[in-house]
Amino acid sequence: MTLQHYLVISAILFTLGIFAVLTRRNAISILMGIELILNSCNLNFAAFSRFMTPPEDISGQIIAIFGIVLAAAEAAVFLAIILAIYREFGSIRPNEVDTLKG
Amino acid sequence: MEFTLTNFIFYGFALMTIASALVVVTVRNIVHAAFSLMVTLFGVAGLYVFLQADFLAATQVIVYVGGILVLILFGVMMTSGRLEMRIHIERGQLLLGGLISLMLLMLLLTVIANTPAWKNLTDDGTELPPTTERIGELILNGPFLLPFEVVSVLLLVALIGAALISRKEVRDE
Repeated sequence: MTLQHYLVISAILFTLGIFAVLTRRNAISILMGIELILNSCNLNFAAFSRFMTPPEDISGQIIAIFGIVLAAAEAAVFLAIILAIYREFGSIRPNEVDTLKG
Repeated sequence: MEFTLTNFIFYGFALMTIASALVVVTVRNIVHAAFSLMVTLFGVAGLYVFLQADFLAATQVIVYVGGILVLILFGVMMTSGRLEMRIHIERGQLLLGGLISLMLLMLLLTVIANTPAWKNLTDDGTELPPTTERIGELILNGPFLLPFEVVSVLLLVALIGAALISRKEVRDE
């Protein structure tokens, strides 16, 4: 396995996440796309930590752990906002939440 | 590249990750998408094992599969009526989004293939000691102590914020 194997997998995950965020019309599906993007970032951190630094240096893995923590916090707040929006509008389609639209 | 068992398992995990991620972004039923996301997260955990990041793999399984995925399923349960289960997609948006993502993928792959510093870095197969002890040392007794404390405050803020946003509004009398 080379570094490029991991980078290609991560690039594909990132692109799929972007695709989900761009095309899906459901807030929870968009959250899933964001989770895919964050996973690809963490995979990149771990891969670079393995291949580009000496083996005893594992700072990249720690950054990836912080990334997981941030993803968890983000998911919790995201779902709280979704619940509040659902209670207010009765829908979680982003294009129907347009109270501020001019 | 010779065909060994390790390579076989690696490509299995890679294929599992990418195929299930494809299902996540294309399938219409949101519950199916959520369960497919679980397979993707397990696949990424397997790739972490190949990178000899054992603690990271365990954290991935516990936090993502055990936490975030359950949270997502709860969100689906609480917000989805019968109509909302099916994800609505517009054709024009699908085309435009697909085009943009494809161009982005081409760009990323070109960069990955042409960066000289990233070439010929093979996994030499040396087995590293378990990382848990060193991670604990670096976080609690090393350069990552301050980020660790900041992240703990952030988690507390997210906890309070999520509870505050999602509770029912109480009217003052």
